[in-house]
Amino acid sequence: MSRHVVAAVADLPPGSRKLVTVKGRPIAIFNIKGEFFGLFNRCPHQGGSLCDGTLTGLLEADEPGQYRYSRQGEILRCPWHGWEFDIRTGQSWCDPERIRTRSYPVQVQAGGHLVEGPYVAETVPVRVEEEYVVVEM
Amino acid sequence: MNVDVLSRPAASRPAASRLAIADGDIHPARKKPSDIYPYLEKRWQTHLETFGLRFRHGFQYGPAYPKGQPLACRRDATPPGGGKPGCDLDFLRAQLLDAHNVQLGILNPLSPSGQGFQDTEFSIAFCRAVNDWQVAEWTSREPRLKASVVVPYEDGPAAAAEIDRRAGDKNFAQVLLLSRTAEPLGNRRYWPIYEAAVRAGLPVGVHAFGYGGSAISAGGWPSFYIEEMNGHAQCSQALLTSMVIEGVFERFPDLRLVLIESGFAWLPPLAWRLDKHFLRLRAETPHLRRLPSEYIRDQVWLTTQPVEEPTTRSQLLDSIEWIGWDRLIFATDYPHWDFDDPAHVLPLPIPEARRRAFFFDNAAALYGMAG
Amino acid sequence: MTALPPGAIDCDVHPTVPGLSALLPHMEDHWRDMVAQRGVHELHSISYPDPSPLTARPDWRGSDGRAATDVEKLRAQALDRFGTGVAICNCLYGVQLLYSEDMAAAYARAVNDWIAREWLDREPRLRASIVVPVQNAELAVQEIERCAADPRFVQVLLLVMGEIPLGRRQHWPIYAAAERHGLPIGIHAGSSYRHPTTPVGWPTYYTEDYVGQAQAFQQQLASLICEGVFAKFPGLRVVLLESGVSWLPAFLWRLDKYWRGLRMEIPWVNRPPSEIVRDQVRLTLQPLDAPPKPEQLQRLLEHLESDRLLLFSTDYPHWQFDGPDVLPDGLSADLAQKILVDNPLATYPRLSESSLTKGVS
Repeated sequence: MSRHVVAAVADLPPGSRKLVTVKGRPIAIFNIKGEFFGLFNRCPHQGGSLCDGTLTGLLEADEPGQYRYSRQGEILRCPWHGWEFDIRTGQSWCDPERIRTRSYPVQVQAGGHLVEGPYVAETVPVRVEEEYVVVEM
Repeated sequence: MNVDVLSRPAASRPAASRLAIADGDIHPARKKPSDIYPYLEKRWQTHLETFGLRFRHGFQYGPAYPKGQPLACRRDATPPGGGKPGCDLDFLRAQLLDAHNVQLGILNPLSPSGQGFQDTEFSIAFCRAVNDWQVAEWTSREPRLKASVVVPYEDGPAAAAEIDRRAGDKNFAQVLLLSRTAEPLGNRRYWPIYEAAVRAGLPVGVHAFGYGGSAISAGGWPSFYIEEMNGHAQCSQALLTSMVIEGVFERFPDLRLVLIESGFAWLPPLAWRLDKHFLRLRAETPHLRRLPSEYIRDQVWLTTQPVEEPTTRSQLLDSIEWIGWDRLIFATDYPHWDFDDPAHVLPLPIPEARRRAFFFDNAAALYGMAG
Repeated sequence: MTALPPGAIDCDVHPTVPGLSALLPHMEDHWRDMVAQRGVHELHSISYPDPSPLTARPDWRGSDGRAATDVEKLRAQALDRFGTGVAICNCLYGVQLLYSEDMAAAYARAVNDWIAREWLDREPRLRASIVVPVQNAELAVQEIERCAADPRFVQVLLLVMGEIPLGRRQHWPIYAAAERHGLPIGIHAGSSYRHPTTPVGWPTYYTEDYVGQAQAFQQQLASLICEGVFAKFPGLRVVLLESGVSWLPAFLWRLDKYWRGLRMEIPWVNRPPSEIVRDQVRLTLQPLDAPPKPEQLQRLLEHLESDRLLLFSTDYPHWQFDGPDVLPDGLSADLAQKILVDNPLATYPRLSESSLTKGVS
C-alpha cells in the first residue's frame, strides 16, 4: 500500500467532488460535510462514472404511502441506471446482503473484461493530512 | 502532486468494444424549440408559439409520467456547451461514436417529433420538418449516422406520402413509428405505412412510447413510472400480436419490422402462446397461412436495449438461442439513463461469429449497409 | 394416461351459469322481479364467446352446445375422468362487467349462493372462489365476509382486467379481508371491458383478446408488486388463473432490473420483485404456453427458479389439451407431485383436513 496526495483540502470544499487517477485507476473523491470518501469510479453494474452521479438521501418506507427520508447527501446514484450506493460503505442499496454472497461467473473476452463479484462499489480509504487529501492504495 | 487530477471523466473507454459496432437506437435532440424553425413553415411556428404542444395526455410540458432521471437521460451526457443531452453532434461523436467505435448509428428522434400530436395537420408538418432537420444537421455531417423517416402515423395516407418523399434518399435507414398508437399497429388504418415502407425498401422501426389515448395497461392507468417502463414490453407484445394476427406479415411478406427499446426476452413465450391459441382459434384467421412464430422468425428483429438481466446471467443465452442470434440488433439508447454499454451488455462467453452478428452484422444486413 | 396421484387438486374449473333463470331463486325479491321488468340480458362475457372452440372442448358440450352447466357433467367429465381429489370452481359469469355497483353486488350474491347450493352441496370434492363486485371495495368486502363463513369457499375471485389496476389502494380493503380469512386472491383471465383489452388500443380479433390476457397479467402483477400490496399484506397469496406461465421469467428479469434503478419511486419494495413473486404468487398450469421442444421446456422450468410456483389445473371446460393429457410431457415425478398436490395445499389453507370437516352454516 502506498499513500498518494490527490488534492489540497482547500480544493475540495464540503459538497464538492473530484475525479483523480491513482496508480492508473480513476477514483472519485467526495467531501460530504467535511468528511472525505473515495470510490473506485466505476459502477459495478455497467461501468458508469460514479463521479458524475447525484447525491441524494436515503428514501425508505415501512408501508406503501409512507416515506422516511434520512442521510441526505450520503447516497450516490449512478448517473446511468440510477443504482444507489451508500457513499460510506460502497454498498449497493437494493440488495446488499444477497448480492454480496452470490458469486458470478468471470470470463475474459478478447479485449474486454467483466464485472466480478458482488455489486459493491469499491471504496478507497481517504485521509486528510494537514492540508492535503490522501488516498491509500 | 504526483497524480493526474482530472475535472471530468475521459470520453474514451477501455478497448473492450474496439470491434466496430452498430447502434440501433440513438436519440438526437434540439437545443431549443426554435431550432426546428428553419425546417417548419411560419404558419406552424406561430401555431407552436400560440398553442404549444398537445398530446393525448394532460401536460403542456413533459411526459405523463415524470421520469427517474432528468429528461430520462444519463447525467454525464450533457454537452460541454450546454443544452439537452443528444443535441450536440461533436459531443455525441466523442462520447458515443468514437468511444464505442459505432460505425452505423440509427437516429430515432423522439418528442417532439410531430408523432402523436392531437392536431393531425400540425403532426404532418412537424414530422416533415424533423426529417429535414435530421438530414441537414446530422446525417449530412456524419456518415456513420442514418436517419429514420418520422411519420404522422395516425393518418395512414399522409404517413405514406412522407415515406414516398424520402424513398431512395440514402440518408434514411428506416421508417419510425411509436408503440402506443390509437389502435394496435396491425390495424388496417396503418397498412398504407407498411405498403409505402415496402415500396421504399425500408424496414419499419417501432419505438417504445407515444400516447395513443388508451390507458397504458389494459387494466387501467398505473401509478408509477417504473410500471410504465416495465410496461413497454407488454405494449410491444400487444402490437406484435396485432400485426401477426391482422395479417400484416401475410399481406406484406417483404416487410421488415424492428421493435426498439422493449427488450427481447419476452419474445419466445409470446411466440409459443400465439402459436398455440392461433391453432385453437384457427377458424377466425383464414387469411393467415403460416404459424405466428414463422412470420416472427422471418420478419421481426428487436433491438437489445434494455437488455434483460437474469440473476443467473447465462439464462439470457437461452432466450437469444430461442429468438435466433440473427434477429437482435445491439442498441445503446444513447443518451437515455437505461443505456446499455456495449462492453458490459453481454458478460458471457460467446463465439466470435455470434458476437459480430449481435453487435454489427445483423444491423448491417437489416439496414442494407452490408459491406 | 398415468393415473394422477391421490389428492390431486385441480385449481381451475368453470361451472357455467346456464342462464339468469338459474340465478333467480337466489336473488332478493326486487332484483328477481327487475330481471323480467327490465328484460335484463344474460351476462355472458365476450372473453369466452359461447360457441368458440376455446370456450369448451367439443366432447364436453351437451346437445344444447353448452358445457359445464351442471354438477353431473363436471363430476363425470372432470373429477372422475381425470381422477382429481378436489377441484376449485371459478365462475366467470360477468357480474364484474356491470356498471351499477349495487346490481353487481346483488348478482355476485346470487352466483355465490347458486354455486354453494347447486355445486358444493351436491359434490363434496368441490370448492369455490367467492365472486365479488370489484367495482365497489366495500360491497366486495361484505360479500367476502358473508361467504367466508362457509369453509368451502377457498379464494376470492377477480378478473385480470378491470377499471383500475389491481395494485391500487382502492382495492386494498378486499386484500385485507382476504388476508384476514386466509383466502388467496385468484386473478382470472377475462375483462370487464372498461378499457381496450390491450395497452395499445382495441384489438380486432378474438385471438388477440385471448393472447393479450398474458400481457394484462404481466401489467397487473407489476401493479401489485409496485404498489406494495405484498408488503402491506405479507400473509396474502395471489394466484394467477389461466394466465399463461412461460412469460414469467422474462418479466421478472426486466422488473428486477428496473427496480434496481428506480427503487426510490417505490421505497416500500425492499427486495427484488422476483423474490416477492416466489414467496407470494402462484400460477395455474393451463395454459402453460410451452415451447415446442422438451429440452426447451426444461430450460424454461429452470428459469422459474422455484418448484413452488405452479398449481395444477385443467381449466375445464376450456379447450387447452386433448383427451386425458392433463399434464405436459417432461415433468419429473417430483415436480409433478408438487404441482398436483403440495403446492395447491400450501397455497389454499382451507383445503387442509381440518377445514373439510367443519360444518357449513
